[in-house]
Amino acid sequence: MSNGAPATVDLQELGVSRKKVSPLVLTLLSVFFGLVIGGIVLAVAGYDPFKAYWVILVGTFSRPKYIAYTVIYATPLIITGLSFAFANKTGLFNIGAEGQFIIGAIAAAVLGYYLHLPPVLHVLACLLVGMVAAAVWGGLAGYLKARFGVHEVISTIMLNWIALYLNNYVVSVIKTAEHLTNPTTPMIRSSARIELFAVWKDSAAGQAWRGVHPFWDDILRTPFNLGIVFALVFAVVVWFILNRTTLGYELRAVGYNRFAAEYGGINVKRSMFFSMAIGGALAGAAGVCHVLGWTRYIAELAASEGYGFDGLACALIGSSNPFGCILGGLLFGTLKYGGSKIQNELGAPTEIINIVIGMIVFFVAMPKLMSLLINQFRRGENHVR
Amino acid sequence: MQQRVEILKTLYRGADILILDEPTAVLTPQEIEDLIKIIRNLTAEGKTVIIITHKLKEIKAAADYCTIIRRGKRIDTVRVDGVSEHELAAMMVGREVNFSVNKEKQACGDCVLQIENLVVRDNRGLPAVKGLSLNVNRGEILGLAGVDGNGQRELVEAITGLRRAESGSVSVNGADVTNDTPREVLDAGMSCIPEDRQRRGLVLDYSVAENFILETYAEAPYSKRGILDREAIGKHAGELIAKFDVRPPDGKHKAGSLSGGNQQKVIIAREVSNDPDLLIASQPTRGLDVGAIEFVHQSLVEQRNRDKAVLLVSLELDEIMDLSDRIAIIYEGKIVGIVDAKDADEKAIGLMMAGGTVRHE
Repeated sequence: MSNGAPATVDLQELGVSRKKVSPLVLTLLSVFFGLVIGGIVLAVAGYDPFKAYWVILVGTFSRPKYIAYTVIYATPLIITGLSFAFANKTGLFNIGAEGQFIIGAIAAAVLGYYLHLPPVLHVLACLLVGMVAAAVWGGLAGYLKARFGVHEVISTIMLNWIALYLNNYVVSVIKTAEHLTNPTTPMIRSSARIELFAVWKDSAAGQAWRGVHPFWDDILRTPFNLGIVFALVFAVVVWFILNRTTLGYELRAVGYNRFAAEYGGINVKRSMFFSMAIGGALAGAAGVCHVLGWTRYIAELAASEGYGFDGLACALIGSSNPFGCILGGLLFGTLKYGGSKIQNELGAPTEIINIVIGMIVFFVAMPKLMSLLINQFRRGENHVR
Repeated sequence: MQQRVEILKTLYRGADILILDEPTAVLTPQEIEDLIKIIRNLTAEGKTVIIITHKLKEIKAAADYCTIIRRGKRIDTVRVDGVSEHELAAMMVGREVNFSVNKEKQACGDCVLQIENLVVRDNRGLPAVKGLSLNVNRGEILGLAGVDGNGQRELVEAITGLRRAESGSVSVNGADVTNDTPREVLDAGMSCIPEDRQRRGLVLDYSVAENFILETYAEAPYSKRGILDREAIGKHAGELIAKFDVRPPDGKHKAGSLSGGNQQKVIIAREVSNDPDLLIASQPTRGLDVGAIEFVHQSLVEQRNRDKAVLLVSLELDEIMDLSDRIAIIYEGKIVGIVDAKDADEKAIGLMMAGGTVRHE
């Protein structure tokens, strides 16, 4: 063996250091790439991508009404995004926001019609029951994971389908009982509505006021509702629970390292249940807000509407940060609402727009989804060992 | 066992250059001697052997030349005959190291930890601890010596509530804690420095300050009515960081960004500040440099000197011999002998670790 001094290389002297890219930059870059590739798809399909994106911009921001609609589209996605983000921060993959959303919507539609309560109380009752029901729905998956080791992705996907058919069953029962022709539930009572000035704005006094206030008139043309306020409140509450409470401390500890959490005396199984239950309650709240604020009834569903899955994408865009979810939701609202304008302006079919949206989601979500899945995989391995 | 097979396999294949990375962790002293003999034979045949180890004794016994590296840099390459163990240690750490542990003799008090006929299964469902009984008293360090894989891990996990015991009992200060939850065991006055500090001991994505309250987050002053008190948490972190010289001295750093020695300091600071009656230290110096080892040893002896009970589980026989008041030897899930440290004989202990019996003459 030679005794000569080996060449030593000091990485720091060479200025080599591993710099982390800020998540915000990464996300914006991903959105940009998504728009570029989406634009190429548009161009290949024979539509001018610049014109298409211009239409989206104008169609989203040029009138108060458009902005209001964008917010309305974004509201349920922000809340389901929070649902996914909450479970994700605690190490669980809540793909069941879809089903939990439906459970909340069922509760809101049924109680919104059958309960007779004064206005504010009626809304709170719907919200409470919807959230509790969805918490049970989500908590069930958490319980199955804690008690029997059933992976939450499997159980929540199944629960999504059960929720879908439960929705159709409830709708058909109520339809028959109320002698309705369409497969829907009846409209909720006005006391349960959270649309802004829902009744007043169509009254004589309201019409007169709107006549002299064109800006507000434009907004009141839309079903602009309190859902966005609930969404913002939920974001703050989620942030507070995660970062400032002992419950959040427990849940995040379990999410980061369940073995250390267990060693520190944290009840890991209870945490799994709570995490899924709170995630479920949030997704349920999204369903409640959606029904009370916009649709006012539920209909028979052939397939999932995708609020849960889109919320998952919003949370990924927002790095599972509660406030990131708001931005992710607004971006989605813009694409969904603004994108729908391309059809009229350019004659492009909706499918093309969905491909563009898909591209953006793909690029935004891919790096994070990958790392998430890798982490899930690693966690699984640890579990087996 | 797996490692022994690896060593054999490499030898059998007739490699010209043999690289051994910490080859002795799973061997008894006698086996280490045999291994060193084999290494000597190989070098005599003209083969090249590179040993990566942190045990100075092995370097002295086996190597011709020694290259010391510290924090990714080569410090020096020296002829082994030309340097003492102390000089080697100083080069490894960058300062003088004090090996001897100050330990006054003291009388042990009452029994703190009492284990009776404990049976624990391992991950494969096979019995790993097979009817083990052991007492640890106040004011003593009981060293548990044994080759890796003889039930030490399962024993510690069962005592601390992380693994179910099949039968038998564990009690702390006379109160039964068999199969209690980790929370209840903690509350009974037991703290543990876990074997795997990154997997069990720390939440690496949490800050140092957050890791300090891993067991006490739900208690005043760190939280009130379920709301965390960040000021109290930060103050607590500042105190422990100053007292235990954690570097960098900032509680906001993520635990994962600290060096292994400083991570261990965080764990020891947390466990000692619980003021436990019983401290279990499981491989507390594994993977640490000589300077950090010195610190860990001092902390353990300090606990003992404060009339607390310490159970030291280690694969390093030297460490056990240096620190313990009594030494229990575990072999295949049972205690095969308990000796007083002052008349302990390394050869005899090594024999028991390998399953042999000591004949008294």
